[in-house]
Amino acid sequence: MQFESFSSFLAMGGYAFYVWMSFGVTFGAMLLFVIVSYRQHRSLLKHVIKEQERQIRIQNARKKSRTL
Amino acid sequence: MWKWLHPYAKTENAYQLCLTLQPWLWAGAILCLITGSVWGLAFAPQDYQQGDSFRIIYIHVPSAILSMGTYMAMAVAALVGMVWQWRTAYMSMIAMAPVGALMTFIALFTGAAWGKPMWGAWWVWDARLTSELILLFLYMGVIALYGAFEDKQQAGKAAGVMALVGVVNVPIIHYSVEWWNTLHQGATISKFDNPSIAPEMLWPLLINLFGFALFIGALTTVRLRSEIVCREQHRPWVQKLAKSYEEKH
Repeated sequence: MQFESFSSFLAMGGYAFYVWMSFGVTFGAMLLFVIVSYRQHRSLLKHVIKEQERQIRIQNARKKSRTL
Repeated sequence: MWKWLHPYAKTENAYQLCLTLQPWLWAGAILCLITGSVWGLAFAPQDYQQGDSFRIIYIHVPSAILSMGTYMAMAVAALVGMVWQWRTAYMSMIAMAPVGALMTFIALFTGAAWGKPMWGAWWVWDARLTSELILLFLYMGVIALYGAFEDKQQAGKAAGVMALVGVVNVPIIHYSVEWWNTLHQGATISKFDNPSIAPEMLWPLLINLFGFALFIGALTTVRLRSEIVCREQHRPWVQKLAKSYEEKH
């Protein structure tokens, strides 16, 4: 460990603001991107299911109108 | 020689490959990023000139190198798409673009946060910074151009041409610190035979570089899967996939 205490580790030799901001924004942005990407994937799969059901409904409605 | 690659031109195989690789890439990325960052933040020695502010290097340099690396990977995908007419190649190109843009943003942001205490300015219009900013615009251009076409195969071609033309910017970024007199410091680790950094400082940097690369790979697999589902949503295998997903949740 390069620092004598935890508080001096947090202080980063006076550069706390810049160092922690950099690391915070970096990993924050990365995490956000991961969450957004997974959410997108999930909503996309849901969209595919909905679209499929819609196609089935349309086909059923056509069959019905033909029989009437 | 390249025959083993050909099955992955099929979207279904590419999707499966992504699923197989994904957990390993995530595990490796998390492991490397935690090790590298903790080592760099707490255990690496102080810089004799810059004190503790130099610790930003552990995210700045990996993200900057990989913003260029991702761009090259994206351009290679675009070239493969054009030469072999692979739809999957365009899909992976567009899956990589936002990830590369994220890396470029991180490089610019951490650069600004490092520049403020060291140079006294968040931003200067010098060659290195400006060319990196152009890289961000190139990524955005590729994403926007791809989004502007209804026909995604056309979109892939257009965005691919743009990605390929933009490659000219990558060597400009790399050599900008040699070609122009800039405020930005010279290369640190690309001189492999004689890196101008102490080994105790270099190891966490290399680990983080590896971690960022794995992260990019992992996120690309997720985004590529989304792109495949989006483009192939009328294929039976995608519909089966969506159904099995629904049953699980």
